[in-house]
Amino acid sequence: MLLEELSNAFGPAGCEDEVRRLLARALHKQVDRLETDALGNLIAFKQGTGPEPRLKVMVDAHMDEVGLMVSRFEKSGLLGFRAVGGLDARLLLAKGVLVGENRLPGVITAPPIHLTTPEQSSQILKIEQLVIDIGAASDDEAKSLVRLGDYATFDTQFQLLREDGLRTVKGKAFDDRVGCAIATMLAEEEYAVDLYLSLSAQEETGLRGARVAAYRIEPDVAFALEGTVCDDAPRKEDVSPTSQLGKGPAITVMDRSFIADRRLVQLLTDLAETLEIPYQFKQPGVGGTDAGAIHLARTGVPSVAVSVPCRYIHAPVSMASLNDIDHTLTLMKAALQALPERWPALS
Amino acid sequence: MRDLIARLTEAYGPSGHEEQIREIIRTEVEPLVDEVRTDTLGNLIAHKRGAGGGKKVMLAAHMDEIGLIVSHVDEKGFLRAQPIGGVDVMTLSGGRVQFSDGTTGVLAPEKRSEFQKGPELAKVYIDIGATSYAEAKARLGQAVGFVRPFADLGRRIVAKALDDRIGCAALIETLRQLENSPHDVYGVFSVQEEVGLRGARTSAYGLEPEVGIAIDITAAADTPEAPKLAMKLGEGPCIKVMDGGMLAHPGVKNLMIETAEARGIPYQLEVLPSGTTDASAIQLAHSGVPVGCVSIACRYYHTPSEMVDIEDVENTVRLLLAMLEQPFQL
Repeated sequence: MLLEELSNAFGPAGCEDEVRRLLARALHKQVDRLETDALGNLIAFKQGTGPEPRLKVMVDAHMDEVGLMVSRFEKSGLLGFRAVGGLDARLLLAKGVLVGENRLPGVITAPPIHLTTPEQSSQILKIEQLVIDIGAASDDEAKSLVRLGDYATFDTQFQLLREDGLRTVKGKAFDDRVGCAIATMLAEEEYAVDLYLSLSAQEETGLRGARVAAYRIEPDVAFALEGTVCDDAPRKEDVSPTSQLGKGPAITVMDRSFIADRRLVQLLTDLAETLEIPYQFKQPGVGGTDAGAIHLARTGVPSVAVSVPCRYIHAPVSMASLNDIDHTLTLMKAALQALPERWPALS
Repeated sequence: MRDLIARLTEAYGPSGHEEQIREIIRTEVEPLVDEVRTDTLGNLIAHKRGAGGGKKVMLAAHMDEIGLIVSHVDEKGFLRAQPIGGVDVMTLSGGRVQFSDGTTGVLAPEKRSEFQKGPELAKVYIDIGATSYAEAKARLGQAVGFVRPFADLGRRIVAKALDDRIGCAALIETLRQLENSPHDVYGVFSVQEEVGLRGARTSAYGLEPEVGIAIDITAAADTPEAPKLAMKLGEGPCIKVMDGGMLAHPGVKNLMIETAEARGIPYQLEVLPSGTTDASAIQLAHSGVPVGCVSIACRYYHTPSEMVDIEDVENTVRLLLAMLEQPFQL
């Protein structure tokens, strides 16, 4: 399954090569042109079948995941590291990682408990205090195995958990390999519009790939496909979760990075209602996506974000529902088909 | 001008939802300029052609106001919200909000005693008088602006959204009185300033101006226990030297100072430690733009009762017109 391969691939921000190769292989027969740009974005162009002038539609999904970078060697052979993208230090202790080109297994650990005071034991450790243990006996040995600046990702294998019901899957990097999978599957169909798929780099470190990709593509409209926060555990108070597993694609009205173009939100909700695709609104004000960078390119691009709810994003193991992924794909296909007729009227 | 200011400030227009205020401004400026258009993100661009020999000048005032966006409808029809822009939670208790369709809501804190000790937006809800979830559910994702009537105190005026509808009023007046300028003037009524100067960024990219001047409010520090800053109501337009996002181009700043001195227009110099304006975004368009900002000192900004001095507004217009009368070099 493409999602499985994508989820297992090694691709922290700035080091997306393996993911890019997988996607290029999956896409090259479906599209007219594939290019990699200066930041590592993979841009796939599929010419539309409609008459000119054709709408230029950009569909973005980012290839990179949050990860770690080796930043120092300790005499003991333990490796100090920095976060690449947003990571919660509390989620790192005792997790397995894969380090460097050779994917050396390691474990994230902290100084041994014998050496910590009682106050220190109850404190939340910061990333600067954590280390990766690759089993080296000294810093010389460690330096022969990894280099300063090597990346590390979580050592998590994809798995289908439930074959029916929510059809839940677990794996790492669902943010945003689910988006990449959906974008790839979109390319299997023909559309009247000119489709530019931007499989973007370095979203997690500041929406950087999408910014230059949008500048280059100059789209008329843009869709960002994401894996989003899904915090639907039961709570005492009656407050909205950011999104819920199983309730369908989550449409962003506003987040910290942009305010969605309301005509595109309208288009998506109209289609979802007509085609009876379940959908939800992502809670406004949370998070940011590549749409934040895309909508400000040049003189502005009407943009919207459509996301698959993912529990535990930016953690070693995330969870998503294949039902939500299928519904997101169905909605996106319908949107691309409907644009030539609906967009002129809406705008 | 007071009537114009009243209409502008009372209009609905939180960031990203500027249609209503844009229509009001469009009606005002259409007869005053050569062409008016709306760009992709919704900026209203009013172009008054120059007589020749001048520069391409972009004047920017933002149409959007801070507000809230409904993030949850509970089972009884009460609404929860997230901020649009820098909303001060202290100002929310007991206030009123308006939706784009004119519906009014009340901002209510849960447990007043606890709210006083630690105000948080999460402890505030909007009551639109709905009696059930079904009645209120369509409000999810809708944006609200604050509601206050304009008040004329004589020399001083009070309203919500003087930030930056007062800048819009000054820009409209400038376009109204601008005649035979050598400069090609683009009055940009920008969108989404409060959420990150977004409209200014894309409109500046499109226009590629040779000079950019923002017209916005700045903090007045002439009230009890105010921080030690120089800006005061009634001492003239503030010529911005630096704020949290930009250093004014010295040529633009000096042009403003020289013009004010030559014409006897009162002015103040402004250094603002945090906060910024559209000028910061214009400055970084393409390969860079010389920018400055003329600010109107404003008490209680980002509250529903902002206050400015009407003579500062009139002097702002005078200063802008005087700057645009003749060609200049920076």
